[in-house]
Amino acid sequence: MMMEKFALRSRALLAGAAVSALLIGAAPAFAVTPADTLVEGFAIDDIISMDPGEAFELSTAEVTGNTYDLLVRLDLGDTSKVKPDLAESWTVSDDGLTYTFKLKPGLKFASGNPITAADVAYSFERAVKLDKSPAFIIDQFGISGDNVAEKAKAIDDTTFQFTVDKAYAPSFVLNCLSATVASIVDAKLVKEHVAAVTPSADYKWDNDFGNAWLKTGYAGSGAYKLREWRANEAVVMERNDNYHGEKAKLARVIYRNMKESSAQRLALEAGDIDVARNLEPNDLDAIAKNDKLTTTSAPKGTVYYISLNQKNPNLAEPEVRQAFKYLVDYDALSSTILKGIGEIHQSFLPKGDLGAIDTNPFKLDVAKAKELLAKAGLADGFSVTMDVRTGQPTTGMAESIQQTLGQAGIKLEIIPGDGKQTLTKYRARNHDIYIGNWGQDYFDPNSNAQTFASNPDNSDAGKSHTLAWRNSWDIPDLTKETEAALLEKDTGKRADMYKDLQQKILDTSPFVIIHQQLEVAGLRKNLKGFALGPSFDTNFVGPVSKE
Amino acid sequence: MSAVENESGRGSARAVAIASAIGRFLVIAVTTYLGLLAVTFFIGRVIPIDPVLAVLGDRAPANVVERTRREMGLDLPLIEQFYIYVKNALSGDFGTSVLTTNPVMTDIRRAFPATIELATLGTLIGSFIGVPLGVLAAVRRGSIIDQIVRIIGLIGYSVPIFWLGLLALVLFYAKLQWVAFPARLDVVYEYTFTPITGFYLLDSAMQGQWDVFWDAYRHIVLPASLLGYFSLAYISRMTRSFMLNELAQEYIVAARAKGLSERRIIWAHALRNAAVPMVTVIALSYANLLEGSVLTETVFSWPGIGLYITNSLQNADMNAVLGGTIAIGSVFIGINLLSDLLYRVLDPRTKAG
Repeated sequence: MMMEKFALRSRALLAGAAVSALLIGAAPAFAVTPADTLVEGFAIDDIISMDPGEAFELSTAEVTGNTYDLLVRLDLGDTSKVKPDLAESWTVSDDGLTYTFKLKPGLKFASGNPITAADVAYSFERAVKLDKSPAFIIDQFGISGDNVAEKAKAIDDTTFQFTVDKAYAPSFVLNCLSATVASIVDAKLVKEHVAAVTPSADYKWDNDFGNAWLKTGYAGSGAYKLREWRANEAVVMERNDNYHGEKAKLARVIYRNMKESSAQRLALEAGDIDVARNLEPNDLDAIAKNDKLTTTSAPKGTVYYISLNQKNPNLAEPEVRQAFKYLVDYDALSSTILKGIGEIHQSFLPKGDLGAIDTNPFKLDVAKAKELLAKAGLADGFSVTMDVRTGQPTTGMAESIQQTLGQAGIKLEIIPGDGKQTLTKYRARNHDIYIGNWGQDYFDPNSNAQTFASNPDNSDAGKSHTLAWRNSWDIPDLTKETEAALLEKDTGKRADMYKDLQQKILDTSPFVIIHQQLEVAGLRKNLKGFALGPSFDTNFVGPVSKE
Repeated sequence: MSAVENESGRGSARAVAIASAIGRFLVIAVTTYLGLLAVTFFIGRVIPIDPVLAVLGDRAPANVVERTRREMGLDLPLIEQFYIYVKNALSGDFGTSVLTTNPVMTDIRRAFPATIELATLGTLIGSFIGVPLGVLAAVRRGSIIDQIVRIIGLIGYSVPIFWLGLLALVLFYAKLQWVAFPARLDVVYEYTFTPITGFYLLDSAMQGQWDVFWDAYRHIVLPASLLGYFSLAYISRMTRSFMLNELAQEYIVAARAKGLSERRIIWAHALRNAAVPMVTVIALSYANLLEGSVLTETVFSWPGIGLYITNSLQNADMNAVLGGTIAIGSVFIGINLLSDLLYRVLDPRTKAG
């Protein structure tokens, strides 16, 4: 009996030992990424298409920025200007309607095909005719599928002409042409891959302009060429030896889809990735303290705000709108939840935009807020709800605001929801208060001015769903002023008009703008030349090398 | 002994019984499918997320939103949308995923092998350790071993898997560097290795690429052990209770009186009988893992079916959710059928019946 028991036990122990040895017996292997490859851990699950005429997502913008060229590009030295990319020079006609671009000589796509003005014209044509999300950036110059052939055309092999419908500020037009939707595609290559389409009322053309193929394909000329995108897994880019500018230093860049901040941090610490891109403040802190790692950050064109729906009679009182601006504890937010990932910024133009002002007049001031509420006849406060997307920083911000509002007698109920769910409600104007962010669509002050300070038709049927519309804020005068700023040819005067608009928004709007997003990255110290740009399509990896 | 005689004598009757069992099963399966489809479809349509938003994002202009809504057929009545969906599904067309832009079935063929590989390994670990532990706990009931097994089980039940997963990552990956980082393969191999079946261990072994095999192993071992631990917790508890039940039976007393060795009584007699319900337990636990352990897949960046469906659900990508649900439903139904058949093979009484 004893022996039996012993045998039983020892056999079980032996089996257990064998299994654990099998499980964890892997020899220690210190990870290092290949010397010619940059590996980034990045949440890239928002990518839905690699076609520059269709893509409008933030991580796609980074890939497009690195793999495609434009006529003109944002000047990273002074982001209120553009600089030549494929275009060598350009002129604007005296009436302000015709822009003529001269291409640099001897340009080639990654495929080896020459880059001509015909490729530029085709790129504009397909973007406009496909009419996907970012097409409005070109359409807003009075361009449609019916007239694009006339408005965006090749004069000869190296001359491209772009005609707009009004004498817009040239800075506005050029800034828009630096958006990814204006990327130049290899027309010859794309035309080999077009699929036939039966025209319908919604889509008048007989082919898809290579859209199906370009969703995962590549036809550009950037510093890197796109080798592969596998949804939810990875994006692989390889050096383009035909690139017209300074050649990329590394042979390959791999973005691996990693959603979790802590997993990214572990992989960075272990050396399995070179860069971690979605770090939360606590992981960022730990990385900053690690002597093998370092961090970098750059302000992005995204602002976080809370907005008060003017359909709610309490929130529609002008004094209440102002009171809310005194009921946010900006200092506390900036030293806790937003530490390292946001900078307090209360006007709607992000730093780096033409005319952006950087005065932050509001501070937590409960007494002042109570005074304003009393003027509105709401001295005893009121109850109100806020739709909050779960996750950080929104949840933490909402909780802080809930507490400071309480000090002035305003009872805030937080309704948590998934991001798409709160957004659906917001877009239907069914919220009281919404907390969210807005990233500019292209690097020009008009992008944010249009959404925060214009609302052409405040009816429910209104077609222009700007943020002002979503909050039922009817502002005919500001709308006119925003439109006027577009037509101001003098860049200095145009900047002044935006300063004025920002001041008015600070003084009267239902928007409590809180901070501007800082994009952060943790990196291994052996990386050289890694820098985040002012926008998502200027996070260039071409200059990155390894020691 | 009589079982053998009965089998030969009533062979045809048994075939009929099995055929009718399969027939019944098919009817149940078809109704289950339809129910599953309808429920998923309508839940997908009543969740307060605009599917167009998922396709286009927040920044698309109004005209594009309207056009896309028509293209997706979302302007049609619900019942018509459902009819079109079922009609297409019957001809094998499950639509296109919004998020990946691939046909849903292509996505699932990619994601499922990742999950199956993980779940199979997890279940193997869970059974090979869980069953002996359960037996040991039952035999030494009340002893210190029994207590330890109980605590192991309790932790497995109550500790959140993502927490344990992160902890394991910190220890075995970050500190000790025993296992590889969260993914299926190292970056170096990811683009030089072409999978055939999608089971990386199998594929690399078939191609004789032993370095890839080793790498895949170093990536899968931690998540698989973790899943293994959680199914172990369940399997060991169930084994213990089945064994206790068997050990209290009279035939055990009879066997002891006959002078059989304790080892033989436990392993050859009691466990043999306990094995019948154990099959169902293990099959269910396997099916659960096959649903894709969302949290494990998230923590370990494992591109499996759980991650795929959750991602799709959060983005109102309903074609992907429906396709995934059908795939998982099929596996669940399949495993149930299989365990039912196994049950019949293992249980001597059903042979006689």
